[in-house]
This record gives sequence, C-alpha cells and structure tokens, in this order.
Amino acid sequence: MFSLIDLIDIEKVYQTGKKSSFIALRGINLKVDKGEIFGVIGRSGAGKSTLLRSVNLLERPTGGTVIVGGDKLMALGEKQLQEKRKRIGMIFQHFNLLTTVTVRDNIAFPLRIAKISTNQMKARVDELLELVGLTEYQHHYPKQLSGGQKQRVGIARALANDPEVLLCDEATSALDPQTTEGILTLLREINRKMGITILLITHEMGVIRSVCDRVAVMDHGQIVESGTVLDVFLHPKNKITREFVSEVSDTFGSEAVGAYQVKGQMVRIHFRGDQTYEPVLYETVRRTNATFAILQGTVSKMKDVPYGQLIVELRGSDAEVNRIVEELGEQGLEVSRL
Amino acid sequence: MIEKIMIIAWANPFSFFAEIRWEDIFKASNETMYMLVFSLLFTILLGLLLGIVLFLFSEGQLLQNRVLYSILSVIVNVLRSVPFVILMILIMPVTKMLVGTSIGVKGAIPPLVVAAAPFFARLVESSLREVDRGVIEAATAMGASRGMIVLHVLLREARTGLIAAITITAVTLVSYTAMSGVIGGGGLGDLALRFGYQRFRLDVMVVTVALLLILVQLLQMVGDMLVRTFSRR
Repeated sequence: MFSLIDLIDIEKVYQTGKKSSFIALRGINLKVDKGEIFGVIGRSGAGKSTLLRSVNLLERPTGGTVIVGGDKLMALGEKQLQEKRKRIGMIFQHFNLLTTVTVRDNIAFPLRIAKISTNQMKARVDELLELVGLTEYQHHYPKQLSGGQKQRVGIARALANDPEVLLCDEATSALDPQTTEGILTLLREINRKMGITILLITHEMGVIRSVCDRVAVMDHGQIVESGTVLDVFLHPKNKITREFVSEVSDTFGSEAVGAYQVKGQMVRIHFRGDQTYEPVLYETVRRTNATFAILQGTVSKMKDVPYGQLIVELRGSDAEVNRIVEELGEQGLEVSRL
Repeated sequence: MIEKIMIIAWANPFSFFAEIRWEDIFKASNETMYMLVFSLLFTILLGLLLGIVLFLFSEGQLLQNRVLYSILSVIVNVLRSVPFVILMILIMPVTKMLVGTSIGVKGAIPPLVVAAAPFFARLVESSLREVDRGVIEAATAMGASRGMIVLHVLLREARTGLIAAITITAVTLVSYTAMSGVIGGGGLGDLALRFGYQRFRLDVMVVTVALLLILVQLLQMVGDMLVRTFSRR
C-alpha cells in the first residue's frame, strides 16, 4: 500500500529555558495509507496536536523526516512549502474562520491564495457550499452560525484546493454529540466519495470507533499502540488504551459478572465481520448436550465492520466444553476461557 | 473663569462676540484642518508600517526576532517619551530637509508625524495582537504567504481595533496642533493661546475652544460609527 503520509523518527523538543527543555515527541513513526482514515488518540498533553502540526510543518520537528505525497517537507523552500500546504487541508477545534467576511468569502479565501480566476472561484465555492449544505447561509457571517455550521465552513474551506489529505485537529471536540455525528458523517462521505485521506486527532474513543480504519494511541510523546481499530479495540494491550476503550464499552472480563456464582465454564467470544450476524454459537452448542447462558454481550459496528463480544457460560461436561471451544475456534471466532 | 465667561456671554451674547475677527477664526480653522489631515495621513502610513513590523518581530509571531524588536521598541519609546514641544524644536533640521521650512503650518507636519506615528504604531501593534492566533495558523496551513496573511488576515481581522486607534490618534493630533504655535504653526489652538490667553480675549478663547471641542467630538463620533459598521464579532 502506498503511504501518503510517512513520519519517520519525528522528534520535537521545546527549549523552555537556557538549560531546560520539554520533549513533546519522542521518535514517532507513523504511516498513513492513501484513502484511509487514520486516528490518533491521546489525553491532552500527549503530543498528538504537535504530531498533527508536524505533518504540514506548522510545528517544525527538531528531528526526523516528514514525507507527504512523496515530498520531503522539511527540505522544501518557503515558496515550495506554501504550494505543498495548499494540497494539505486542515480543520480546527475552534474552526478558526475569518470573522470579518461571509461564509462564502471564507470558503473562497484559500482559492484566492491559490490565485484561482474569479469565474472558477465562483463555481468552486458554489460546489463546496452545496457539499457541506450551507448554500442558504453563504452570505451570513461566522458569528451568526452554530458550531456545527462553522465546522462545515471549515471543512469546505479545507477542501477548496482539492487536497490529497485532510488534517483534523480535534474537529468535533467543541461540538455537542448530535452535531459531532453530523460532522463525522460528512468526513466519512468526503473520504469515501472524494478519496481524500484523513488524519485526525481526538481524545474521544467514540470518534475513532465511528470513522477510523486504523488508530494509534499516544502517551507522553510516544505511540504506545497502533493497528486496525477493531484489533486495538478488542485487544487493548496498553493501560491507557484500555482506559479509552472502556469509555465506549463495558469492560469484558470475569469481573463484569459481579457476584454471580458461575457454575460452568465462562468464556469470552469475539465475532468479527458478517459472522457476527450468524447463529454460530447456537449451532455449535446444539451439536453437543451442553447448554449456554449469555452473561454479557455487545453486538455493534466499528465504522462499517460488525463485531460482537459475548461473555458466555457453557454448562456441560468438560469434554463437551472443550469441543465447543475448539469448534468455535475452527470457525474463526476468538474464544478465551475466563 | 468659566463662571465669568458664562455671565458675560449670557448677559449679552451679541456684544460679547462682536469684536471677533471671524476671518482669523476661519483661517485658524483651516490651518488646523490642514495640519490634522496631512499629519494624520502620514501618521497612519508610517505608524501602520511600524506597528505591523513591531508585531511581526514580536515573540511567537511570523518574523519573530528579539533583537530587531528590541531596537524598534526602544526607538518608539524614546520618541514617545520626548515632550512634543521639545521634539518639535529638536527635529527642526530634519523638518527643513523634508518640507523645505521648519516653521509655519507646513513645518508643523513632520514633527506632528514623528510624535504621533510611534504612538499609533503601539496601538496598531496591540490591535494586531487581538487577532485570533488560530486564524493566522489556519491561513498559514492554507499556504498563504506572510504578505497575504498581513493583508488579508491581520489587517482585515483587526480593522475595528485599527479604526479605533486612528480615532484616538486623530484626537491626540488635534491637541498636538495647538502646541505648534511655538514654531508659528498657527491653527485654532495657537489662536486660543495667543489671543485668548495672552491677550485676555475671552471671546476668542470661547470660540476656538468650542470649535476644537466640536472637532474632537465629530472625530470620535465618526470613529465610533465606523467601528460599529465594521464590527462582525
């Protein structure tokens, strides 16, 4: 797979005084593939914002290499970097719109910077207004808009010059849950229809779960864990990752059943993909004389991938339980005894 | 004194103002307007430039440069701390070089500009500081050059602050013009000083002060109105 963004050994050290310094990023390696939505999650101060700003050199790393679309950004001259930045869209937590001009002129601003002819500009702005659904608000000023509408203006503005990649800096953190959902839907649409690669940072696991293909978890300036969202979500290894996962789902472990006295064998089963909707468990148990009880369970979707997570108590002889666990495994489910 | 004026003026307003030579008042008004308009124009041009440069050189901004900022800052502070009357006399040679004379209305303009521009530059600097850093960052991320950021983001977003700064500067300039009488600058303030105060012509004093008050009031009103018109926050 061709990676559109390639961050190699990125380091960022802030000189806070003559002898003191603060290390914001410690040797970050990150590849974002063309066409994917990649999320970086971390607590505030983990360095994710600095990492995102390294991609378009709003923050120039003190070490390492930044490659976007094949170009080594840190080797570019000022003019070349400005040209390159036109193809890297960015949206912000606080929208950062020009307060003194209308929605229309805000969206036209990057086109003006790129010196697009007036006619083309007009057509392009109309198109973008349509895309984000703000045509009827085009002559409003930002202060007359809601947060969600402001972010839509931000998105339209970021897309104006047909970027290859869209950087999202906590784009939904200042919005309420419904508005967040609307913005995330728009981002998914942009990714799918226009093929724009998205790199986003957030502190909300819900955002990662609903739009990202892959995720990296950051802590203290390092990436502590990364992989497909489903893998990281179902098998969080790091403590900080487990904390994020627990924000959006119940903890799935033996402790989840509380005071209940387990009579049989308690197992945890993970379903993935279309198998989630098949009666695999029932069919398998039925072939034995054993029975089962579901103690806890979730069936949901991770972006577009269905998944299920069940804690089940199998009641039967040891031989039967062993057989069931084995057969479930053969059918591609992950089963672990608790 | 105010009481005395009121009593006399109220008792017989016509005879009180009868001896005023209105052509003098008219000439002085003209001179004041001339000095104000030209000095304000050059003050805005120079001060805006100086203010932008000061801002860009300051900590964390686009052209961050501690040394250049300190140098400019000291120059601005020195010019601002010299009393206007002294400044006017000090820079006489420069004035003569620039406008060909160091006296009269024309000779008053360079010192007015030299005194007001640093003051205005500081106001510009602080107005620009009010611009949301995020907006500057967004423009940088879009690939805007520094020139574009100054023109399309900084000056535009700070425009109400800048208009307010121009208003304050204009009012300050009006009071500075009064002191230009020292070098024969003329104008209403000078008239008030020479006739009203030194020759005890209360009538002239009242009229000139009233005119100055109206001028300041008008400037402030227009300024406030423009701020309201352009405010989008």
